[in-house]
Amino acid sequence: MHKATIKELSARLAARKLSSVELTRHFLSRIKALNQKYNCFITLDEEASLGQAEAADRLRATGRGQALTGIPIAQKDIFCSRGWLTTCGSKMLSNFVSPYDAHVVERLNAAGAVNLGKTNMDEFAMGSSSETSYYGPVRNPWDVATVPGGSSGGSAAAVAARLAPGAIGTDTGGSIRQPAALSGICGLKPTYGVVSRYGMIAFASSLDQGGPMARTAEDLALLMNVMAGFDARDSTSLERGREDYAREIGRQARGLKIGLPREFFAEGAAPAVMKAVEAAVAEFGKLGCETVDVSLPNMRLSVPVYYVLAPAEASSNLARYDGVRYGFRAPEYADLPDLYRKTRSQGFGWEVKRRILIGTYVLSHGYYDAYYIQAQRVRRLIARDFAEAFKRCDVIAGPTSPTTAFRLGEKMDDPVRMYLNDIYTIPANLAGLPGMSIPCGFDAAGLPVGLQIVGNYFAEARMLGLAHQYQLATDWHRRIPPGCDA
Amino acid sequence: MKWETVIGLEAHAQLNTRSKMFSGSATAFGAAPNTQACAVDIALPGVLPVANREAVAKAVRFGLAVGARINRRSIFARKNYFYPDLPKGYQISQYEMPIVQGGTIGIYVEGEGKTIRLTRAHLEEDAGKSLHESFHDFTGIDLNRASTPLLEIVSEPDLRSAREAVAYARALHALVRWIDICDGNMQEGSFRCDANVSVRPAGSDRLGTRCEIKNLNSFRFLERAIEFEARRQIEILEDGGSILQETRLYDANRDETRSMRTKEEAHDYRYFPDPDLLPLEVAESWVGKIKMEMPELPDAMRSRFVTDYQLPEYDAQVLTTTIGFATYFEQATKLTMDMTRVQTGMEGQKPVLSGVAKLTSNWILGALSASLNESALEIEQAPVSPLQLAKLLARQLDQTLNNRTAKEVFSAMWKGEGGGDADAIIERRGLKQISDSGELERICSDVIAANPSQVADYRSGKEKAFNSLVGQVMKMTMGKADPRQVSEILRRRLAP
Repeated sequence: MHKATIKELSARLAARKLSSVELTRHFLSRIKALNQKYNCFITLDEEASLGQAEAADRLRATGRGQALTGIPIAQKDIFCSRGWLTTCGSKMLSNFVSPYDAHVVERLNAAGAVNLGKTNMDEFAMGSSSETSYYGPVRNPWDVATVPGGSSGGSAAAVAARLAPGAIGTDTGGSIRQPAALSGICGLKPTYGVVSRYGMIAFASSLDQGGPMARTAEDLALLMNVMAGFDARDSTSLERGREDYAREIGRQARGLKIGLPREFFAEGAAPAVMKAVEAAVAEFGKLGCETVDVSLPNMRLSVPVYYVLAPAEASSNLARYDGVRYGFRAPEYADLPDLYRKTRSQGFGWEVKRRILIGTYVLSHGYYDAYYIQAQRVRRLIARDFAEAFKRCDVIAGPTSPTTAFRLGEKMDDPVRMYLNDIYTIPANLAGLPGMSIPCGFDAAGLPVGLQIVGNYFAEARMLGLAHQYQLATDWHRRIPPGCDA
Repeated sequence: MKWETVIGLEAHAQLNTRSKMFSGSATAFGAAPNTQACAVDIALPGVLPVANREAVAKAVRFGLAVGARINRRSIFARKNYFYPDLPKGYQISQYEMPIVQGGTIGIYVEGEGKTIRLTRAHLEEDAGKSLHESFHDFTGIDLNRASTPLLEIVSEPDLRSAREAVAYARALHALVRWIDICDGNMQEGSFRCDANVSVRPAGSDRLGTRCEIKNLNSFRFLERAIEFEARRQIEILEDGGSILQETRLYDANRDETRSMRTKEEAHDYRYFPDPDLLPLEVAESWVGKIKMEMPELPDAMRSRFVTDYQLPEYDAQVLTTTIGFATYFEQATKLTMDMTRVQTGMEGQKPVLSGVAKLTSNWILGALSASLNESALEIEQAPVSPLQLAKLLARQLDQTLNNRTAKEVFSAMWKGEGGGDADAIIERRGLKQISDSGELERICSDVIAANPSQVADYRSGKEKAFNSLVGQVMKMTMGKADPRQVSEILRRRLAP
C-alpha cells in the first residue's frame, strides 16, 4: 500500500476498503524500520497521528471526506504545527513546541489529512544537501552514500523511500525542486503569494514559498488544492478566487509551446543530466508540443543576486532567536551581550552563521547600495527576462539541478560549489514564478535526474497538466529506490 | 558672543487605535504584564505582520491637519538592533519613504505667531518595556506595549528657544488630541519627545553640531533639558572646545543631561524594506473620505469664533488651544443662548450673542480655568458641565445673580453642592438677588438715615462716600442686591 499514490489511496479510503488508521500505522511502521537508514524524520508522534487518522475515518464514515481526508502527509519541520516540536533543523529551536498552526497546516488539518511527522531539513532551510541539520544529515534512498538534496531533503527522501505518500516543503532558491530531482520525486514551488507563509519559519521572506512534494503531478495537484489560498495574516498572500489545480490534468499537451532557454542548455550541467533532459524534451515533441529557443540573458547573475538578498533577509529574520523568550539559551553567560553572543554562537550551525554574516555585511552602512540595492535591480532584470521569454512560449523547460545526487560531505567545505547547485532553480524564486521538478531519467550510477518546468505566474494547473501527460507516457516516476519495494 | 539655540523636535504620538500596529492584540494601558501580547507581538517563529488600517488612517488624518503631502506609496522598513524588549530583533518603521511629508504647525509665544515646518511623520511600532526596578538581580520584560502604533513627527530645526520648543510641543500635543489620533497622556508615555539641540553664533546660518536628548515626557522637562543643554554647549564653545555629536539623557532629579552614547557608538540599524509588508498604498478616494470626516481644525475654529461670536482674537486663540476648551465654550455659549431665550421670553427676539459669548469666555478663561488648575484637572474632567455653567450664566443674565453671587454659586457647583444645579444652590443659599424695589427702597432709606456724615460728604462732592453707602446696602442685603440698582436708588434719593 506504500507504493500507491495519494490519488489511489484516496479512492480506497473513499470506498472504505482501507482505513486511515491502517494506512497511518503502515507508514509509521515503515518509518520505524527505515528512518534510521535515511534520517528523514526529526519528530514522530504516533498518538497524535493516529488520533488524526481516527478522526479522518469518522469523517469518511459520515461521507464528508475530501481527497486528502485520512492521507498521511509528512511536514517539513519548518511549518509550525500546534503541539509538535518544530525545530527548523536547528539547535536554536530544539526545544520549541509550537503553540499554533501554520496556515498550510490548518488547511491540511481542516481537509482531514494526517500529520505523519516532521521531516529533517537543512538548518533554517539553508543548504542544498540536507547536511546542515542539527539532527544529522538525511540520506538519499537511491544511494545512502549520497545526499537527497535540500533543504527539503527529509520530505523528498521520505516520499522517495515510500515512507510517506506525500509531503510539504518550502522553496527559497530550489529547496523543493532540487531535492525532488535528486530523490526522484515530484515537487512544485507555486507562484509567490499563492501559499500563505504564515507559520512557515522565515528564511528569506521575499523568496520563501511553501509547496507540495509527491510522486505524481496528479498528487501535487491534490495537495495544492488544499495548501493554496488567501490568508489575511500574510500581507504578501494573493487575494484570488479558489482554483482547481487538477483542472488541466486531462488536457492534451498538443500545441503547447515549450521554451528552451539557451542558458539552461549551455555547458555546466553533467552530461547524464543533459541527456535525460533532452530525452524529456523529445518526449514532449511526441506529445505534440512545439519547442522554441528563448534566452534568459541575466540568469548567470541569479546566484550572486540570491546570495545577497537571501542572506540579507535571513540576517534580520533570524534576529529573533536571541535566547530571551523561547528556544535555546546558552546555559551560562555573564551579562546581556554575553547571553546574545553565547546563545547565537552555540545555537546556530556554521552555514546559518555564514549567511547571517553575509547578510549583515551587505545591509551595513556604506555597503547597502552596492550590494542590496544593486541586487534588487538585477532581480528585476531577471524577472523581465522571463516576461520576455513568456511572450514566445507557454512554459520553460530545462534541468532542475546541474548534477545528480552528490556524495555526503563532498561539498560541505566548499560553499560556493554548494551554492551553484541551485543555479537553475534560483531564477524562478527571484522572479516569483512557479517552478516544478519531475523525474526524467537516471544517470549511469542509477541516480535520478529531474526535469524542471517553469511557468508564467499562476500557470500551475497548466504545468501540472503537462507533467501529467508526460507521466502517462513515461514511468520514471514509478521507479522505486532499492530496498524500498517491500 | 551672542549665541542662538537651534532646536528640532521628534515627537512620538501613540495612536489611539484599538489594536496594535501589526497585530490584532489590544493596546489598552495598564494590563497585567504580557497579557496583551500575541504570537506576532512576541515574535514566535513563522508569524507575520499585517498593517493596521486604522493606524494608517490616523497618520493620514494628521497629514491632512498639518497641510502635508500624503505619500500615495510609502514603505515599511526594518530597523535592526538587539534588545530584550524588541522581540523580533528589529523594529518596523518607515525610513526612506514616510507616509506624511512636509506640513506646518503654528505656535504662539508671548502673543507672537510663528510657523514651524515639519519634515515628516511616519508610522512605526513601539517596543516593549524592560522593568529594571521591579525585580532583584534580573530584568523583567513586558511586551504589552510591543507593536503599539506610533506616529513619529519630525520638525525642521526651526525652533530657537526652549520656550518655542515647548510652545511647539504643546501645539502638537493639542493637535493630536484635537483630531483624536492620540490620547496625549504623557504620564503613560502616549506622547513623548526627543530634542535635537545645537547652538551657533547669532547671525550664523550654519548649523552647529547637535546633541539629541532622549525621552522627554513632560513639557517642563523638555524646557529644562533644552535650557541646560544649550548652556552646556555654549560653555564648551566659549572655552574653546567643540561639541561631540551624541545622544544624551535628561536626568530630572539632577536637572542635567548626560551622555548616553557618542556617534561612534551609534548603532548601524541596517535599514531595509520589510519584505513581509508590501509598499503601503493609500487611495486618493480614501484620503478624500478621511478629509470629509475631519473635525474643524483649531485655526479655522479660531477665526470662526472671532467672526461668529465677535470674540477678541486673544480669547479665540486661547479657547482653541485644546479641543476640550473650544468644545466647552461653544456648547456653553449655545446652551446659555437657548436658555436666555426661554427664560426671558425673548423668543423670536435675538439675545445679544456676542455678549453671551464674551461672558462665557470670561467664565471659562477665568473661574473655570483657575479651578481646573487648582484641582489639576483637564477640562474634560471638570465637575461643572457646559450645561451647568449655562444655567448659571442664564441666572446672571436674568439678574437673579450678580457677579459676586454668581461666583459663589460656581464654587458651590464645583464642589457638587445641590447636585451641581445653579437654581438649587441659589434656593438653598438664598442668593436670589433682591429685585423687589420696595424692599430695596426701604433698606436704602434706612442706610441714608443711619449715616448722616457719609451723606453729607457725598453731597459735598466726595464720591468715595457714595461707594461706602452702596457697600452698606450690599451688606444689609447680604450681597443679594444688584449694585447697579442700589446706586440708582441712592443717587435718586440723595439728589438735591
